[in-house]
Amino acid sequence: MSGVKEVYKMPESAFQGRATWKELPIGGVIPEPATSLRYKTGNWRALRPVLNEKKCIRCLMCWVYCPEPAIERLEGDRIRINYDYCKGCGICSSICPVKAITMVEEGA
Amino acid sequence: MIEIRWHGRGGQGVVTASYLLARAVLSEGKYAQHFPEFGPERRGAPVVSYTRIDEEPIEIHSGIYEPDIVVVIDPTLLFNVETVLRGLKKGGSIVVNSPSPKQELMDEAGRREAKVYYVDAYRIAMDVFKRALYNTPMLGALIKASGLVKLDSALKAVRERFGGEVAERNVEAIKRAFEEVKLA
Amino acid sequence: MSGNKVLGLSGNEAVAYAIKQANVDVIAAYPITPQTIIVERLSEYVNNGELNAAFIPVESEHSAISTCVGASLTGARVFTATSSQGLALMHEILHIAASLRAPIVMAIANRALSAPINIHCDHSDIMNARDTGWIIMFAENVQEAYDLVLQAFKIAESHEVLLPVAVNLDGFILSHSLEGVNVLDDDEVSKFLPKRQPIYPVDFEKPVTYGPLALPDYFFEIKRQQAEAMEGAKPVIERVGIEYGKLSNREYKPIKAFGMEDAEVAVVALGSSVGTLRAVARRFRKKGRKIGVLGLTLFRPFPREELIKYLEGVKVLIILDRAISYGSSGGPLYLEIAGVLYRSGLRPIVLNVIYGLGGRDLRPSDVEAIYEEGFKCAERGRAERELLWVGVRE
Ligand code: SF4
Ligand code: SF4
Repeated sequence: MSGVKEVYKMPESAFQGRATWKELPIGGVIPEPATSLRYKTGNWRALRPVLNEKKCIRCLMCWVYCPEPAIERLEGDRIRINYDYCKGCGICSSICPVKAITMVEEGA
Repeated sequence: MIEIRWHGRGGQGVVTASYLLARAVLSEGKYAQHFPEFGPERRGAPVVSYTRIDEEPIEIHSGIYEPDIVVVIDPTLLFNVETVLRGLKKGGSIVVNSPSPKQELMDEAGRREAKVYYVDAYRIAMDVFKRALYNTPMLGALIKASGLVKLDSALKAVRERFGGEVAERNVEAIKRAFEEVKLA
Repeated sequence: MSGNKVLGLSGNEAVAYAIKQANVDVIAAYPITPQTIIVERLSEYVNNGELNAAFIPVESEHSAISTCVGASLTGARVFTATSSQGLALMHEILHIAASLRAPIVMAIANRALSAPINIHCDHSDIMNARDTGWIIMFAENVQEAYDLVLQAFKIAESHEVLLPVAVNLDGFILSHSLEGVNVLDDDEVSKFLPKRQPIYPVDFEKPVTYGPLALPDYFFEIKRQQAEAMEGAKPVIERVGIEYGKLSNREYKPIKAFGMEDAEVAVVALGSSVGTLRAVARRFRKKGRKIGVLGLTLFRPFPREELIKYLEGVKVLIILDRAISYGSSGGPLYLEIAGVLYRSGLRPIVLNVIYGLGGRDLRPSDVEAIYEEGFKCAERGRAERELLWVGVRE
C-alpha cells in the first residue's frame, strides 16, 4: 500500500463482500456516511410485525425502541414499518402499550 | 579519555558537581558524559556519580570501574579508603576534602602511585555558604588539580545552572578552592 | 546546514526538546520512572508557553495511549512517553493504535518489567510489545534519541506509512545521562516537519467511521493491509534517514555497521550497548582481530535484507539480548535473526548472549570475554554452548 489516497467512497466490491486488501480504505475506515442503508436486514426475519392502524395511539414508543431502526415516523406521528430493514425482533410489539403490533409468521 | 568518579552522600550535590563538570567540558567543544549511579535517592547515604571526558566522541555506556580521578566530596567517606579508591588507575589522582590528608590515605595512594590533592572544603563552605555544601568547592579543586577545563568554563556552567545570588556564591566557592587546593 | 548548537542534555531532556521543536499538538502521558523527566519538561514547556500543545494529564497509561489514538485520528501531531509497566498497561491499545493506522510517536525509557520490581534498564518492556504493529527504533546515545524522535514523526505521518513509532532509549543509561547534543534550529525542524496532513481530517461535511466491526469476511484483509504497511515503511524510513542526514550531517540507516568489511566474528545488539561493543571492538581491531559490530537502529520492520548483506563471510555471529523469551530457544533478537538466517541460507555459528537484565551493567570486561568466546568458536568451527548468560552469578 504505497501512497494511501484520500478516498471518500467505499469501493463497490466492499458491499458485495469481495474487496481485496488493496481495495479497502486504510485501517478499516468507512469513509462515507450511512453505508448501513445498503445492508438490508429484512431477510433475517422469522416473525413479521404487523401494525393495526386502528389501535395505534401514535405514542411513538415503537419508533423509539426499534433497534434497527426500521420504524419510520410519518405525518401526524403515524408510523410505518420498513420491511427492508425490520429484522423481526419483536421489540415494537412488546413495547406497544395498546398491542397495536402483532408478530405473525413470515410468509404465513 | 579521562574517567572521573565522585563520592559523596545524598543531599550533598554529588550529581550536580559531575553535571557541572560535564557542562563545562561541553562548552569547550570537547566531549563529555555525565551519569549518576542510579538508585533510590536517600539523604545521607553514600552516592556516586561519574564523568567521562574525551577529545573524541564517547561511545562507551558502561559504568566506570577504573577511574583516572577520584573526587571525595564527603570527608567521612575517607574512613573507608578501600571503597573510595577501588579501581583507581595506577598514577591516577585523588582529590579529597580535608585540611590535611590522613596517613592511611597517603599510604594507600602511595601503593597506587597516585597523587593526592586536598582542600579544606569544609572551611570554604562555612565561609561562603554558612552550610556544609562541598560540591562546588570540590569542583574548583578538581579543575585546578587536573587542568581538565578552564576555570571560566566551570563558572559559566554554574551561572547557567543556578543564576543570581546562588550562582555567585558558588562561583566564589569554586574560585577559593581553585586557589587553595594543594598537592600532598 | 545546521547551526551546530551543542546542548548538554540528558536523554529525557533531549527527547522533550525534540518534541518541543516538532511542534506537537497533543501530549497525553503519565509519569513513570525513568521516563518522568520527559513528561515534566513537556509540561513546563506547555505551561510557560514555549510549546503550544494540549497537555492532557491522564490517570493511567491506558488512558494516555487511548487519548493519543483519538487525537491522532482527528489529524493532530501526537506524542506520549512511558516505561516498563506503563507500556504493559498500554498493551491492548498499542494494537489498536497500529491497526487504526494512527500515527503517534512514543518515547520509551526502557525498564525491566516486574517482578521483582526494578526501575533499571532492560528491553523486556518493548519486547513484550514487539508484535503490536508499531515501528520500533532504538537509540544508542542521547544524540540518537533526539534525532530519532524527530525522524519518527516524519515516518509515522507519511501517507505511505501511517503507523505509530516507538523510539527506545535505555532507561537511566541514556534517559539520565548527560551528553552533548547537536540540536537543529527551530525553523530547520519546522521545515523538516511541516504541519501534519491527515488523510481524513475532522470534517463535518465528510463524516467517516473509525474502528468498525470487521467479522471473518473482512478482518483478514485489513490485517493483511496492515502487514503490508509495515513493509512499505522500510523505504520511507531509509528516505527519511537520508533526508535527515542532509539537514544535520548525521545520516541514519536501519543498521550501523563497524568493521564488517572483513569481520570473522560479528556481534549484533540494540540500544546503548552498541557503543560499548564498538569501543571494545576498536581495541580488538588495533590488535588486528577481525571483529565487527552491528547496531540495529530499526527493529520493526526488521531490516532483514540489510542484515544479510553484512553477514556474508562472517564465521561467528553473536546476538545480544537484553530480554528473555521464556521457554524459547533464545532471546527475542536471537529468534528474529535465526529466522532471517535460515531463509538466507547463511549458516554462521550463532551464539546468543542474554545480558543486562534489570540494569545489570555490561562491562567492557564482559564484552572482551564475549569476543574471546566468539573467536574461540571461530577457531574450533563450532560452539560449545549456544546460549551464554553474561553478568549473572551462576
Ligand atoms: S420487529 Fe424489531 S426490527 Fe422490526 S420493526 Fe419491530 S422493533 Fe423494529
Ligand atoms: S407503540 Fe403502538 S401505539 Fe405507540 S406508535 Fe407504536 S404502534 Fe402506535
